Amino acid sequence: MSVFVLLQTLKTDSFSRAAMKTVFVTVGTTSFDELIESVTSPETVQALKARGYERLVLQVGRGSLLPAADSCPHVRLQAYRFKDSIAEDIKQADLVISHAGAGSCLEALGAGKFLLVVVNDKLMNNHQLEMARQLHMDSHLLYCTCSTLTQTLRTMDLSVLQPFLPGQPKNFANFLDKALGVQ
Amino acid sequence: MAVLEGAVFAILLTCLLFIIRLYIVVKTGPNYKPGTKGPVAVLVVAGSGGHTTEILRLMESLSAAYSPRHYVIADTDTMSEEKICTFESSKQRLDSESQFTICRIPRSREVHQSWGSSVLSTLDALRYSLPLVFRLRPDMVLCNGPGTCVPLCVAGLLLGILGMKKVLLVYVESICRVQTLSLTGKILYPISDYFFVQWSSLRDKYPKSIFLGRIV
Repeated sequence: MSVFVLLQTLKTDSFSRAAMKTVFVTVGTTSFDELIESVTSPETVQALKARGYERLVLQVGRGSLLPAADSCPHVRLQAYRFKDSIAEDIKQADLVISHAGAGSCLEALGAGKFLLVVVNDKLMNNHQLEMARQLHMDSHLLYCTCSTLTQTLRTMDLSVLQPFLPGQPKNFANFLDKALGVQ
Repeated sequence: MAVLEGAVFAILLTCLLFIIRLYIVVKTGPNYKPGTKGPVAVLVVAGSGGHTTEILRLMESLSAAYSPRHYVIADTDTMSEEKICTFESSKQRLDSESQFTICRIPRSREVHQSWGSSVLSTLDALRYSLPLVFRLRPDMVLCNGPGTCVPLCVAGLLLGILGMKKVLLVYVESICRVQTLSLTGKILYPISDYFFVQWSSLRDKYPKSIFLGRIV
C-alpha cells in the first residue's frame, strides 16, 4: 500500500510542480544567511504569493540556515546546500533571486531567466558588485539589498529587462588560433 | 676588496642580463607561433567557483590542436576537479585523441587573505610551481585570475628568460571586472603576451589589452 501511495504522491508532486510558478534562490558557494532569512520572511513570502509564485527552491551554500520544508506555510519550500549543477533548478524557475556572484548571475541570465540580484551590503568593497551593477545599468537584471527585497518584489516590473546575449568564446578561440599560428 | 667589487659587478651584470632577457622575452612574445609546429600544450590554471566555470567555457571553444591540457588546481579545491572531469569527458567523446592531466598545488591566496601573508604564500607556491612548469614545459599558460596564476606565470616567464622555452602567457580578465583589474590582472598585465578584457571600460584604461566583447 505504502509504495502505491508514495508513487501517487510523487506523481501529483511532479505534476503540480510543472504548473507552479517557481522562484529559485541561489547564493553560490558563499553563505548569505540574511538573504535566506529575508526571502523566507512572512512579508516576502506574501509578496511572492501576490505575484503568483507558489514554489520556492533555496540553494543556501555554506550558510547556517537550512529552512525546513514546512517552515513557510503558504509556499511549497525546498532547500539544499549544494548540487553539482543548479542548471535544472534555474531551468524550472520563473524568477531567479541570486547573490551578486558573477557565476550565478551569468548562469541565470544565460538561461534567459528574470533575475533579481540581492547585494550583500555587509561585504564591503566587494568587486563582484561591479558586474551586477553594470548588468543592472544595461537593464539585464534587477538589483536590491536584503532590506529592500520585499519592496522590490512588490513593485518590480520585469518587462523592462533586456535579453542577455551569450558571450562569444569562439572569438577568443579564433583570435588565439591566428596569433599562435594554429592551422 | 677586488673580490668584493668583482662579486658586486657580477651580481649587477646578472641582474642587467636578467632584465634584458625579461624585456626580450616579453617583447617578442607575439612573434612566437607554436601552432605552426603542431599541437599546442596548454597549462590551464583553474581557480575556485566562477573562475573555473569561465575558463572551461574558454577551453570548450578551443580546438583539438590545443593538447595536451594540464589543469592546475589549488589543493583545497574539490569542486573544480569535478567540473574539469565532467568537461573533459564530454570533450573526449568528440575527439578521441584528447589528453589532459590535473595537477594540484597549494593555494597561494585564500579569499580575504591579507597582503603580507599573500606574498609569503605566493613565494611558497613558487616552490611547487617552478618544478611543475619546468617539467610540463607548456607552450602557453592560460589563466583568468585566481591567485595561483602568478607563481605559475612567473615560472613560465623564467623558462623563457633562461632560454629553455618560450611560454606564452595568456590572461583573460574575469567578466566580473568592469572598472578595475583584479590584483592578479594588475600583476600580470606587464608580463603577459595576450591580455584579454571583457568590458570596453577596461580596454580604454589599459591600452595593451585585447577587447573582443564578452568572450565567456
